[in-house]
Amino acid sequence: MTSSLRVDHAPPIDAPVRIEGTVGWKERHGRSVLVLVLRVLTLVVAIVAWQLTAGHLIGILFVSKPTLVWNQLKAWAESGALWSNSWVTIKEILIGYAFGAGAGVALGFALSLTRVLASVLDPFVMGLYAIPKVALAPLFIVWFGIGLEMKVILAAVTVFFLVFLNTTAGIKQVDDNLIDAARLMGASTPQLILKVVLPGSMAGVLTGLRIAIPYALIGAVIGELVASNQGLGYLINDSASTLNTAGVYAALVALTVIAAVLNAVVNILGRWTDRWRPNDQAR
Amino acid sequence: MPTVLEARDVSKLFTKGSNRVVALRDCSLQVDEGTFVTVLGRSGCGKSTLLNLFAGLTRPTSGEIRSRGTALAGPADGVGYMTQSDTLMPWRKLHRNVEMPLELRGVDRAERTRRAAELIELVGLAGYESHYPRELSGGMRRRASLARMLIGDPDLLLLDEPFSALDAQLRTEMQAELLRLWQGTGRSVVFVTHDIEEALVLGDRVVVLGQHGAVRLDVPVALGRPRDLDEIRVDPAFVEMHRRLARSLRGETGDVVPAS
Repeated sequence: MTSSLRVDHAPPIDAPVRIEGTVGWKERHGRSVLVLVLRVLTLVVAIVAWQLTAGHLIGILFVSKPTLVWNQLKAWAESGALWSNSWVTIKEILIGYAFGAGAGVALGFALSLTRVLASVLDPFVMGLYAIPKVALAPLFIVWFGIGLEMKVILAAVTVFFLVFLNTTAGIKQVDDNLIDAARLMGASTPQLILKVVLPGSMAGVLTGLRIAIPYALIGAVIGELVASNQGLGYLINDSASTLNTAGVYAALVALTVIAAVLNAVVNILGRWTDRWRPNDQAR
Repeated sequence: MPTVLEARDVSKLFTKGSNRVVALRDCSLQVDEGTFVTVLGRSGCGKSTLLNLFAGLTRPTSGEIRSRGTALAGPADGVGYMTQSDTLMPWRKLHRNVEMPLELRGVDRAERTRRAAELIELVGLAGYESHYPRELSGGMRRRASLARMLIGDPDLLLLDEPFSALDAQLRTEMQAELLRLWQGTGRSVVFVTHDIEEALVLGDRVVVLGQHGAVRLDVPVALGRPRDLDEIRVDPAFVEMHRRLARSLRGETGDVVPAS
């Protein structure tokens, strides 16, 4: 029926015109290379300034010294303490994140799809969200002891609320017109959820997943600072109690590296999930 | 000709705070099979509400919508629906958007791909299959929406000012495109617009709605088909009809509504 209607189309007159491969390397990357170089320079200047002023302006006991921190890191690396304690912290972050994020997305969807229940529970969720999670630490110690579980739970609870709230916000943002359109295409309720609500709310869900990553680290480290016998938080506490400032800084450096890696993962995820987004909405 | 769609004394009220707002009051309209009906009205006359009721997206407060003789209770089957707003899924590439109605129906991938390619070619978007909607121009997105609407082979098209966001040239182009795609298919069309010219150029019959969906005028369009959209605008019959519809839109009397 439709084949009899075929005509030769000119290309649409308002089609965007692309000229492939005409943007050179310098135009595309010049600025980011410059920024990168300046960043490295900033770091080097800061470390050198630290090294030169430490012990003169402020006491070594307070600010330590880059060389001392380096030596401490080397010592911990040789004894294995750096790896074993980092690994404990990383494990807490990953497990806590997985539980918190999983529960956040699942409950976010479950509640959003039953609107009455969502309205009923909303004030309770917001109330719990407002509690500083560190205040829950003593309770979690009573429940789970001072082992890995308590840090995992603390990280998970922190992550949960961020993911949950962003998931529900993302679902609210799904364009009703898209839902109507799909309904008229004959979509069943499960199909609506799977093919419209889920991808449509992805922006919110992924925002939650992204911003929650550093909070998993915060939750885990706070747990370690409150009570622990291993992990980077424990190294900080332990070093501080023996006035080993270099040890505190060394543990902070290790934490910074972990945080930087997590942030890099977040950025890569963000770029991948935003690929269909109009430029003016892209982050 | 059998009636495919009928509104019987339909009223629709919306709640707004503690008040109810009347969108339609006792509106009755019949659409015969295979005809192109344009519904003309100023904004706020309830024409979009009527179309949503026809589509089964909302239920009337009183009265009923009958589709092929049976009362409509939910989103209607075999209906193509297109509004002014862009409803292509922004996360799907063009070909995945076009094949979506078939996907929802469980048609297998090979068949889907084949049909989508056919429709994309038909609306003149061949070569843009792998573009996301944001990478297409406004006119191209309208073409894509047309393709998606037609792939499910609907026998009734419900269109709510689908081209009003386009510039005048592009709108004329899309009107011609729609007529070309519709001509000879036997599909019934309800096309809602506020533009007199559009109503005349496209329709077999123009229904003018006044406040709350009161039918002010219901006239056949005495213009032959296929239509040359540039020529038709200077046709004396067109000019005369245009005058009549404009008067009716302004609410001037002098036209008797034919009894249905």
